[in-house]
Amino acid sequence: MKMTMQKKEKKSLTVEQKIKRRNFISFATFFVVGGASFGGWKWLYNSANEAAGVTAGARKPLRRALNNTELFFRNFFSNTHLVQTYPKSMAAKKVRVNSKIGIGDEGFKPESWQLSVEKGGGEILKLSIEEIKRLPKTEIVYDFKCVEGWDQIQHWAGVKFVDFVFHFNMQQQAKMQYVGMETPNGEYYVGLDMESALHPQTILAYEMNDQPLASEHGAPLRLIIPVKYGIKNLKRIGKITFNNNRPRDYWAEQGYDYYSGL
Amino acid sequence: MKVLKEKHPLVMRWTHWINFPVLTIMIWSGMLIYWANDVYTITIFGHTFVHFFPDWFYKLLRIPYRLSEGMAFHFLFMWFFTLNGFFYILYTILSGEWRELIPQRKSFKEAWLVLLHDLHIRKTTPPQNKYNAAQRIAYTAIIVMGLGSVITGLAIYKPVQFCWLTWICGGYHLARIMHFALTLGYVLFFVIHVVQVTLAGWNNFRSVISGFEVVNIPPPAIIEISSEGANTSSNQDGSIDNVIVDQSLVSRTKL
Repeated sequence: MKMTMQKKEKKSLTVEQKIKRRNFISFATFFVVGGASFGGWKWLYNSANEAAGVTAGARKPLRRALNNTELFFRNFFSNTHLVQTYPKSMAAKKVRVNSKIGIGDEGFKPESWQLSVEKGGGEILKLSIEEIKRLPKTEIVYDFKCVEGWDQIQHWAGVKFVDFVFHFNMQQQAKMQYVGMETPNGEYYVGLDMESALHPQTILAYEMNDQPLASEHGAPLRLIIPVKYGIKNLKRIGKITFNNNRPRDYWAEQGYDYYSGL
Repeated sequence: MKVLKEKHPLVMRWTHWINFPVLTIMIWSGMLIYWANDVYTITIFGHTFVHFFPDWFYKLLRIPYRLSEGMAFHFLFMWFFTLNGFFYILYTILSGEWRELIPQRKSFKEAWLVLLHDLHIRKTTPPQNKYNAAQRIAYTAIIVMGLGSVITGLAIYKPVQFCWLTWICGGYHLARIMHFALTLGYVLFFVIHVVQVTLAGWNNFRSVISGFEVVNIPPPAIIEISSEGANTSSNQDGSIDNVIVDQSLVSRTKL
């Protein structure tokens, strides 16, 4: 009985009352949700940076989002997805040098350079550039892409990283999750997921435009990894490591995405 | 007689108001990214008319040296932008609302009349249903643009894994240019949209929050009788009311 009474009261609402009631409900919702969203934004914008570790410099929730987004897009990665290649004639003659981080040492002598490959268990493989050049040479002319937004068609040559790994019997190491690379002075360093490192277009390059690498391009040996942004293309490799955890990464410590895959 | 006329469904209102701040954040974080390689200009015969963007603009919005921050925000809010747009499109298709939205053959001619009317050149009011012809074109275009932003965005975000998308967009460069141009398009749309909404007045604006418009209709007797009947029957089965007249009834009354 009480129910029907209420119903009847509701029935007798005038149009004006209807308007008022619905305005109240919808505008109250609008301002409450709007205010909460603004609060949420404030929280996100002012949230503290992540604790400095392998990655650093990003707001904690944003780093979590970057890592989750990485996991989602890694589902689409495939070794059969190749970077588009171009004829040699399209390669830039003047190749852009964007940074010399890690290769600024005055006294660096390419002749006495050796590559150290830490195979794990204290075993270190030392290689000269001649030993590396003896492996099959692979050339690539592709569009190098910088995280800043510019790109350039460049011509590189060297040994495929996957060939390198199998030639020196590192099948076991290749089963690990990550590869780490560092300059001899340790000032620049990158971490790569294994699938990107073993991609058939990832090369340890010692030539550019058919000439031995110039110092500013990372002589005597640098990384060319077309499935990543330029920040991962380490110049002058001094040390290679294998790991199941993420190795340290220079730009991931500055707030950039660790994966940085294309 | 004043009646409430339903205009914008709940889903449409929610997606509209979610999109507004999300798109704002996408544009802002996009500028943080664009700054790192701000090469676009409008240059005709060697004379640069506009550089995107001048230094005072960057300074005003505190844009410089925030690339990593911009990317982190951009690649989080892209999810909200895409999902929200996806729900809107899905709803518009399933509900049949698309019929009120998609331009019709006559819309392109009528849109002219709307423009001339809005510029006070023509006095006669062009046909107006839920949306007029110009609105149909504009609101459909903005959805297509949104889809374009997602596609061109993916094309520059993963140009290797989604190389076919990059190819469809005409390559990496063109995809980035289109991604940028679409953003300018949103800003232009926003300006016109706000002016038009302001001119259209409170009743129109309110409908995007509360869903209804208040319309005045003459109370013809035949409608009164039929609504009385509906009232009695709804009393008995306990359903709520019929003061909120559905659209077909209102348009019949207009006749």
